[in-house]
Amino acid sequence: MSMNSVGRPTRPDQQSPGVGGSLTGARGLLQDEALIFELGGWDKTGVDLEAPKFDASDLGGLVRSAPIGLPGLSEPEAMRHYVRLSQKNHAIDLALYPLGSCTMKHNPRLNEKMARLAGFGDLHPLTPVSASQGALALMDRLAHWLKTLTAMPAVAMSPKAGAHGELCGLLCIKAAHEAKGQGHRRTVLVPTSAHGTNPATAAFVGYSVTEIAQTQDGRVDLADLEAKLSEDVAAIMVTNPNTCGLFERDIVEIARLTHEVGAYFYCDGANFNAIVGRVRPGDLGVDAMHINLHKTFSTPHGGGGPGAGPVVLSAALAPFAPAPWVVSGPNGFDLIESPEGEAVQGFGRMVAFQGQMGMFVRAYAYMLSHGADGLRQVAEDAVLNANYIKARLSKVMTPAFPEGPCMHEALFDDHWLEGTGITTLDFAKAMIDEGFHPMTMYFPLVVHGAMLIEPTETESKLELDRFCDALIALANAAKGGDVERFTGAPYLAPLRRLDETQAARKPKLTWKPVSQTPLAAE
Amino acid sequence: MRYLPLTPADRANMLSVIGAKSIDDLFIDVPGVAQIRDPFDLPRHAGEMEVERELAALAAMNRPAGSGPFFCGAGAYKHHIPATVDHVIQRSEFLTSYTPYQPEIAQGTLQVLFEFQTQVAALTGLDVANASMYDGSTACAEAVMMAQRVTRRNKAVLSGGLHPHYAAVTQTIASAESMEITRLAAAIDAEAAVIASIDTDTACVVVQTPNAFGTVTDVSKIAEAAHAAGALLIVVTTEAVSFGLLKSPGEMGADIAVAEGQSIGVGLSYGGPYIGLFACKEKYVRQMPGRLCGETLDAEGRRGFVLTLSTREQHIRRDKATSNICTNSGLCALAFTIHLSLLGERGLKSLAALNHSRARELRDALAAVPGVEILTPRFFNEFAVRLPANAIETVEALVGRGIIAGVPYSRLAPEAGMDDVLLVAATETTTEADIAALVAALKGRTGQ
Repeated sequence: MSMNSVGRPTRPDQQSPGVGGSLTGARGLLQDEALIFELGGWDKTGVDLEAPKFDASDLGGLVRSAPIGLPGLSEPEAMRHYVRLSQKNHAIDLALYPLGSCTMKHNPRLNEKMARLAGFGDLHPLTPVSASQGALALMDRLAHWLKTLTAMPAVAMSPKAGAHGELCGLLCIKAAHEAKGQGHRRTVLVPTSAHGTNPATAAFVGYSVTEIAQTQDGRVDLADLEAKLSEDVAAIMVTNPNTCGLFERDIVEIARLTHEVGAYFYCDGANFNAIVGRVRPGDLGVDAMHINLHKTFSTPHGGGGPGAGPVVLSAALAPFAPAPWVVSGPNGFDLIESPEGEAVQGFGRMVAFQGQMGMFVRAYAYMLSHGADGLRQVAEDAVLNANYIKARLSKVMTPAFPEGPCMHEALFDDHWLEGTGITTLDFAKAMIDEGFHPMTMYFPLVVHGAMLIEPTETESKLELDRFCDALIALANAAKGGDVERFTGAPYLAPLRRLDETQAARKPKLTWKPVSQTPLAAE
Repeated sequence: MRYLPLTPADRANMLSVIGAKSIDDLFIDVPGVAQIRDPFDLPRHAGEMEVERELAALAAMNRPAGSGPFFCGAGAYKHHIPATVDHVIQRSEFLTSYTPYQPEIAQGTLQVLFEFQTQVAALTGLDVANASMYDGSTACAEAVMMAQRVTRRNKAVLSGGLHPHYAAVTQTIASAESMEITRLAAAIDAEAAVIASIDTDTACVVVQTPNAFGTVTDVSKIAEAAHAAGALLIVVTTEAVSFGLLKSPGEMGADIAVAEGQSIGVGLSYGGPYIGLFACKEKYVRQMPGRLCGETLDAEGRRGFVLTLSTREQHIRRDKATSNICTNSGLCALAFTIHLSLLGERGLKSLAALNHSRARELRDALAAVPGVEILTPRFFNEFAVRLPANAIETVEALVGRGIIAGVPYSRLAPEAGMDDVLLVAATETTTEADIAALVAALKGRTGQ
C-alpha cells in the first residue's frame, strides 16, 4: 500500500476498505449529502413569523397562484445540510492554497467582526449623509491609504471586483480620449501573458485587442510594443508584477512610450501584493490601476466573491471617474451622487449605491493592523516565500524562468514531466491526495503546461516545507513511473475526477423532479 | 505583526537557501527610481484593540437601520436575517475558499451554487439561473448586453419606473458598447409606456415590478408587444421577497429576469456587497454572462457538480467572452440560499404576506396625515407619497428626531422634478410604534 510521510495510505488498493466505496455512500465521517430538493421539506419552514393583519386581496390578479417549488428546512436540518457541505471544501484556513494570481492569504477575523458592527453592517445605503458620517469618513480614510500607497491622486471606490475595476479604468480612458477629441482610437494593447479579463474588458468597451509579444525572459517585448504603438492605440494594459511572477524591468520605458503616442497606461493591480509598501505604481507612470481588496488587502474570497476593485487614477484620468464620490466640507463629509457643473465629465455610474462597503471596512481594518511598516513586510515576505519555493522545487521541477528572482509567485513549466505520461493536470490532481489545493494550472498561456504557485506571506516556514516536501515526493514518484497515482487522481478527495466535458455537452443547471422530463430547448 | 508567521531567523535561513544576501536582492528587477526608501506618511501597525477602537468610533457616527423607526427601501431593504445564516457563512470552508476551480475539493460551494441556481429559477419562473452577479444594477446592465447578443439589435428601452441607479448603470455600460438607450421619463405607474417605443431595432425593453415607486404591474401585455416585434422582455425586481407574493416574471412572459437578492439573507452594509440574481429562458443560456454550475458524474459514477459552459467566459474566450466577469458574489449567494432554505415556500409566502400587510398599515396611517398624498396605486411593501414640503429637507429634519423617514426620490434622480416625493418601505421589522412615530413626526412638520 502506498503511504505518505505520516503513514496514511495515499490511494486505495486491495487492502483498502474504501475500495468500491462504503455501503451508504459516505466516506468515513464525510456524509453523502442530498440536495435540499431531495430532503423532502415542501411544507417545512425554519422561521416563525406572525400572521399578517391584512391579506393581499387589494392586489387581485397580480398575486401568484402557482406553487414556487421551494423546499424548506427546520433549523437543525439546515445547520447539518450546510455544515456537511462545508466539509467538502478546501479552504485557506485548512492548508496552504497556492493558486497563483489569486492571492489566497489569511483572512483576519477582526475584519469580519468590524464589518458586522451595526453602524456598518446594518447601515442603509441611502441613509441621509448626516446619519452616515462614519461610513463616509471610512471611505475617505481608505481612499487616503490607497492613494498614498500607490502615489496616485484619485481613486474610484465603487467597482465591485477586479474585472469591474478594469471596466471602470477603461471607461475613464475612453472618456478622457473623447474629451480630447481622440475618440477615434480603437486599439488596446495587451501582452500575451495577460489575465483573460484584460482582453475581455477591452472588447466589452468596444476596443479591438492587439497582443504584444513576450521576451525569452518573460517580459513585455519592447521592440514589439514600439512597433504596435500608434495614434490608434487608446491604452495598454499591463499586469505588474506580471502573470509570470516577474517584475517588468522596463516598466518606466513602457509608460513613456505609451504616453508618447497619446495612449494611457492601465496597470492590472492583481499582483499589488508583491510590491505594496515598496513600490508606488504612480512612480512608474501608471494612469489607472485596480486594486483587488480581496487579494492584497485580505478580504475573504468567499468561494468566488464578493470582491472589491477600487481604481486609482492619475491626474489626467481623475476628472472622468464615475459617481458617486465622497467630498469633505465644512459640515463634514458629503456624497456626490449626481454630479453637476464641472464634475459632469465623470463617465457615469458603475453600480447602484457606493460599492462594496463591507469590503472597505475589512480592508481598512487590515491596513490599520499592518500599518505602513507591516504592509512593506507583507510584500517582502510574499516575495521571500515564493523564492523559497522556487529554490526548493527547482531541484525536481523546471522553472519557466530560472534566471533571477521571481516576485510573489513561482512559475514552472511541464518539461520535467516529459516522457512520464503525466500531465500538469494529473500532477495537480495528485496534490489533492497529499492535502494541498493545486496551484494555478495552464496559466499564463505563454508557458507550456504552466504551474503557477503563489504561497503568500501568511505561510509559515513549516507549512512551506510541508508543501515543498509533498511536491518533491510527488515529483519523484512521477519520474519513478508511478503513473496511476497521477492519472487516476484524486483518490482520497470527497469525489474522484469529475467529467467536465459531459457537464458542458448536456448542461444540467437546475434540479428537476425525477418524474418530470427536462425542458426541451424551445 | 500578528498576521506574519516568519521569524527573523526563518527569513535569514530562507534567504540562504535561495542564495540571496538580503531581501533587496529579490527586488533587483525593480528600477531604482521606483524603490521607496522613506517610510510612508501613514500610521505604523496596530493591535486589535486599537483597530477596534478606531472602527467602533466610526461605526458609532452612523445610524443603523435597526436602531429606531426606519422606512428606507429604494433597492435595499431592512429584513431580519436568521442567526443561522451569519454563523454558517463564517465557517472557514465557505468564507476562506476560492472560486471552485478544483471541483473534487469544492463540492460544498458547488452544491450550494446548484441549489441556489435552482431556487432562483423557481423564484423568477424561468428555466435557468446563473451563480449570481455583483448586484441587481450590474445584472440589469448585463441583461441588456445579453439581449444585444441574442437579437443582434442595438436598441434598449428603459421604463420610467426603473430604479434611476439601474438606469444609469445600464446607460453607462451599454452605451460603451454603442447601444442606443431610450430612457423614458420617470413615471409612477406607466411600465406599459415602453410599448410605444418598441420598433424593429429594439433588442429589449426593461421594466421593473415592483418598480422604483413601488408600483406592481402585470407585464404580460408588454411581453406580448416585445415578442411581436422580436424583442426580449427584461424584468427587474429590487425587492426579492416580493417573489413570495407576486406572479413571477417568467409567468408573465419575461425572457430574462434580474433582481437584487439582498433582501434574502444579506445585510444592508451601506450598499454592498449585495447579490445580483440572473435567470433566463433555457434557449438563451449560452449567451448568459457569469458563472454557471452544472451537474455531472465523477470517475466512480457518483453525482457531483462543476463550473460549466466556461467557453462563454473570459478565461477561455478572452476578447470573445460574453462578459468580462470573473468573480460572482459567492458568499452572498450562500447567505441567500441558506435564508431561503430556512424560509422554504411556506416561510417565504408568509414573509411576503407580512411585508405587504405592514405596508398597508403604513399606507393607511400616512393617508390620514393631512397634506400627505399616497401616489402608488398598487404596491408590495413600498410606495411613494407626496409630502407638503421638500422631501430631502423633511427627511433631514426627521433624522434629528431619530427617524429615518424614507428615501427622497430626488436623491436618486434630482432631474426628475419630484422634489416632494418620498419613497417609504415597511417590512416585517417595522413595528406599530415605528409607524406611529413617523406619523407623529410628519404631523408635527406639517403643523397639524
